[in-house]
Amino acid sequence: MADAEPPLTILYFAWLRERTGASQESVPLPAGVATVGALVAWLAARSPGHASAFANRRTVRCAVNQDFADPETRIGPGDEIAFFPPVTGG
Amino acid sequence: MARICVQAADFDIGAEFAALVAGRTDIGGIGCFVGTVRANAGDPVVAMTLEHYPAMTERAIARIAEEAERRWDLLGCTVIHRVGRLVAGENIVLVLAAASHRQAALDATGFLIDWLKTKAPFWKKEELPDGATTWVAARDADEAAASRW
Repeated sequence: MADAEPPLTILYFAWLRERTGASQESVPLPAGVATVGALVAWLAARSPGHASAFANRRTVRCAVNQDFADPETRIGPGDEIAFFPPVTGG
Repeated sequence: MARICVQAADFDIGAEFAALVAGRTDIGGIGCFVGTVRANAGDPVVAMTLEHYPAMTERAIARIAEEAERRWDLLGCTVIHRVGRLVAGENIVLVLAAASHRQAALDATGFLIDWLKTKAPFWKKEELPDGATTWVAARDADEAAASRW
């Protein structure tokens, strides 16, 4: 469809990547999903791997379009949404 | 304007230092921090693999550097962070901060490394001699160190 909304790009890093089995996936914005928190609930139901990745949500951090975000952050079509553990660089 | 680089290759501390101060006569002190891969007794880490979020990493570091430049009126600043597999003893990260006076240079250096540890998208995976790997968990102490600034 020419007027289709651009999909979300979902990225996973570190053990979230290992548990979901994907570093990146492209999904249309699910109906009724408007925030990071709602997206996490939707993603967690996708597969046992996804459920495992999001099992303890306190250990999952997020960025929307390369800026740190939280469960209340609003998302829209075409956004790049990354999920990862608390950072451990330096 | 900070010099920021995310790279697999090692860095040359002397060359980075020279580049930071070249042609300058207004700098009174330069703080330096180098983080390296450590093998603990009883936890003989042979290597670490550093993963990052390429589209976000340099921007996140740039924001941290801008904050340091603003708070301490820095005259120059360099942050180089390595990624990929690094064996014990290798360099991971270099922070240089130049200021008119020592306290600003030292404080800014501490701030930069503390914030890098908690606000830049890097993840470390440790590798033991038997090949087992584990993701390093974030430490509350790092969060406390970052929040003291």
